[in-house]
Amino acid sequence: MSNPDIITLKDVHTYYGASHVLRGMNLRLAPRSCLSLMGRNGMGKSTTIKTIMGIAKPRHGTVTIKGYNSNRWEPYVVAKAGIAYVPEEREIFPNLTVRENLLVAARLSVEGQDNWCLERILDLFPRLSERLNQWGNNLSGGEQQMLTIGRALMTNPDVLLLDEVTEGLAPIVREEIWSVIEAVKREGIATVIVDKNIGKLMMIADHHLVIVRGEVVFSGDSIELSAQTELLHQHLGV
Amino acid sequence: MTVIPSKFVIIVLCFFIAILIFVPFTGDKYWIKLVTRMMVLGMFAMSLDFIVGYTGLVSFGHAAFFGLAAYTLHLISPEETAVNLLWALPVCLLVSGTAAAIIGALSVRTRGIYFIMVTLAFAQMLFYFFHDSDIAGGSDGAFIYFKPVIVLGELTLMDLDGQNVLYFFSLVSLMFAYGFLLIILRSPFGRVIQGIKVNEHRMRALGYNTYIYKLVSFIIAGLIGGYAGFLFACIDGFVPPELLGWQESGLALVMVILGGIGTLFGPALGAVALLGVEELFRERHIFGQLSEHWQIMLGAFVIAVVLMLKNGIGGLILKIGDRLKGSVR
Repeated sequence: MSNPDIITLKDVHTYYGASHVLRGMNLRLAPRSCLSLMGRNGMGKSTTIKTIMGIAKPRHGTVTIKGYNSNRWEPYVVAKAGIAYVPEEREIFPNLTVRENLLVAARLSVEGQDNWCLERILDLFPRLSERLNQWGNNLSGGEQQMLTIGRALMTNPDVLLLDEVTEGLAPIVREEIWSVIEAVKREGIATVIVDKNIGKLMMIADHHLVIVRGEVVFSGDSIELSAQTELLHQHLGV
Repeated sequence: MTVIPSKFVIIVLCFFIAILIFVPFTGDKYWIKLVTRMMVLGMFAMSLDFIVGYTGLVSFGHAAFFGLAAYTLHLISPEETAVNLLWALPVCLLVSGTAAAIIGALSVRTRGIYFIMVTLAFAQMLFYFFHDSDIAGGSDGAFIYFKPVIVLGELTLMDLDGQNVLYFFSLVSLMFAYGFLLIILRSPFGRVIQGIKVNEHRMRALGYNTYIYKLVSFIIAGLIGGYAGFLFACIDGFVPPELLGWQESGLALVMVILGGIGTLFGPALGAVALLGVEELFRERHIFGQLSEHWQIMLGAFVIAVVLMLKNGIGGLILKIGDRLKGSVR
């Protein structure tokens, strides 16, 4: 309970069947901080997020959320602990309207506060307020992504896990999403971001982890990372 | 899928209700009984649509609750006098609701084909329990000699033995069931189960223990199904074990498919269509010798509707409503 970090992963090994994906993953997320997970495709970034969420269960090691071992927690328990997840696939409910997609996620924060109500989400994404009564599947890709982030914020989280949220979006929409992520960070919500835009991650995140084959090969801030030219070239293609 | 009925749907439903109100005034006992069966089976199908169309749980054992409530009414009805509806109905609902809680607690842990098989297995267990034991007439079924009544002191306020009384009670019950399920579907609980139907993993990642939500919706469907079973037992005053069997569950599924999965009002229209067409195909004056093989024609009708109407009769009505509104969803 003395651990000040919201989330820690200690020597975590996660498998998909026989496939060994995370091989001794270590991670620490401090309150109000922003952590980026970098690496090429298939290195274990999304699996790390899924392991935190309880979607993928670790076989070895320890995942800790707010001081509690969460290795066997179901995803709904993790979510109730204040961890919100924005998946790469968006997963909008097509049979619910935009308003219902947002309201279905609404809950008070762990401390009982309602910082992110419907009105505030609509202020953050004005485009959604024009589409409130439309079905979720009638939105463009960018609007769906905004809805997914808005839905996650409606849970009033302490931590936001963002998995490739700008993937496949038009540049102007990406900029909008990045500005929202910055706004979320300013609010003091701790974030874990997986994205291919290294430049943006270097600007926004306080700390970076470079993951190669399920292991952390670099851990440091933006200045330290930019000094690692060989690593940037070899593992991130920069 | 839509929960809030559009103006066009409301107009269509009001039209049907107006016809239903008119039927008893024809004085034709055959038609009154037939339409009572349609309404009761429509209510049964509507309850199944609540879990199939909105929660995504395709149950093949829904008749268990329908038949259990019917048998409960038989078991609590004395042979010499009528039982009071004011406590008989709650007892029947309690039994079907408890059965739904027990069966649901075990079956909603499974998914897809396994859920279908587990619900089917439970219903068949109950079928054979009543079929092979002497508890309620065995394979011959059981009779309810006196239909339930509402008595206050010396005054009999309502007697379901009266054909018109049972008819209007069934009509009010059907409307109540529709309104009740509509309110649930428009509530936060309704939004959650509709989310579960599309993406259960996402709902879990949003912080919902989906097991509890699926179980509660299963129990609600069991309660409404039991309510329909109670009414069905009052129609003929006869309760055969077949009411619990897989054929009855299959019949309800056919009604849901005919009426339109996830339309709520549609399955009630599916029941009207299925029973109405069955009566039509049995008509010797129209179909002659072919009427003896009405099941073949009925099967062809079901296949034709499924192939031609993407989401059944309810889906067709919604589509017409959308066209009239000039908007395409």
